[in-house]
Amino acid sequence: MRGEYENPIVNGVARFMVPFIQVFALYVIAHGHYGPGGGFQGGVILAASMMLLRLSLGEEEEHSRFSPTAASVVASIGILIYGVTGLLPMLLGGEFLDYARLPIPGLSAPELRSLGILIVETGVSMVVWGTLVTLFDHLLGRED
Amino acid sequence: MNGLMWFVLFAFFALFVYAESDLPRPGNSAAPARVHIVPQYIEGSVPQTHTPNIVTSVLADYRGYDTLGETVVILTAGLAVILILPRGPRSGASS
Repeated sequence: MRGEYENPIVNGVARFMVPFIQVFALYVIAHGHYGPGGGFQGGVILAASMMLLRLSLGEEEEHSRFSPTAASVVASIGILIYGVTGLLPMLLGGEFLDYARLPIPGLSAPELRSLGILIVETGVSMVVWGTLVTLFDHLLGRED
Repeated sequence: MNGLMWFVLFAFFALFVYAESDLPRPGNSAAPARVHIVPQYIEGSVPQTHTPNIVTSVLADYRGYDTLGETVVILTAGLAVILILPRGPRSGASS
C-alpha cells in the first residue's frame, strides 16, 4: 500500500503532530474575527492534517476513520450551513444573508451579525476541508 | 509587418504612460475608490458587526454574497473531480 512507511519516526511524528495541527486549525477558524484567519485558511489546515495521516499511516487505516464519502458529505453540509444562514433571514422578512435577522433570541443586532459571520466561516471551513480531502483521495486514488 | 507591430506597441506604451500620469498616487486617501463606500466599512465594522478585523467583516458580512459564490466554486471543483476521476476499479471493460 502506497504511503505506508515502515518507519516508526514518520508514523510517530505524524501521530504526535496531527492533534496540534487540528487544534490550530480550529483556532484559526475562530480567530478570524480578531486577526488573520477565517474559514478558508482553517479549512485548509484541517485538510492538511488529514492528508498527513493519509500519507504517513496509509490510506486503508485512515479511510476507516474519515472516508472519502464522509469528506464529500462534510463539504455538502458546509454549503448547506451557509445557504440556510442566508435563507433564514429571508424567510423572516429580512434580506438574503442579513445576519441581524437570525432567529436567535437575546442578542443585539451587532452580536447577531458577529455570530452570523462565525456560522458562515464554519460552513466555509467545512466546504474547504471536505473538498480538499476529496481532491486528495480522488487524485491519488488507485484502482485497487 | 514588423514595423507596424512596433508602431502599435509603442503607441499603446505611450497611451498607458499618459493614462498612468492621471491615476491617484498609492495611499492617496482622496482617491475616488476610497471615498465611495470604504469609509462606511472602516467606521462601521466594530459598531455594526462587533468584528475588529475589517477584512473578515467585509468578506463574510458586507460582501457575504461573494463569499457564498466562492464557496460554491470550491465545492463545484470538488464535485467535478469526483465525476472525472472516480475511485476504485472501473465499472465495465478496462481499456
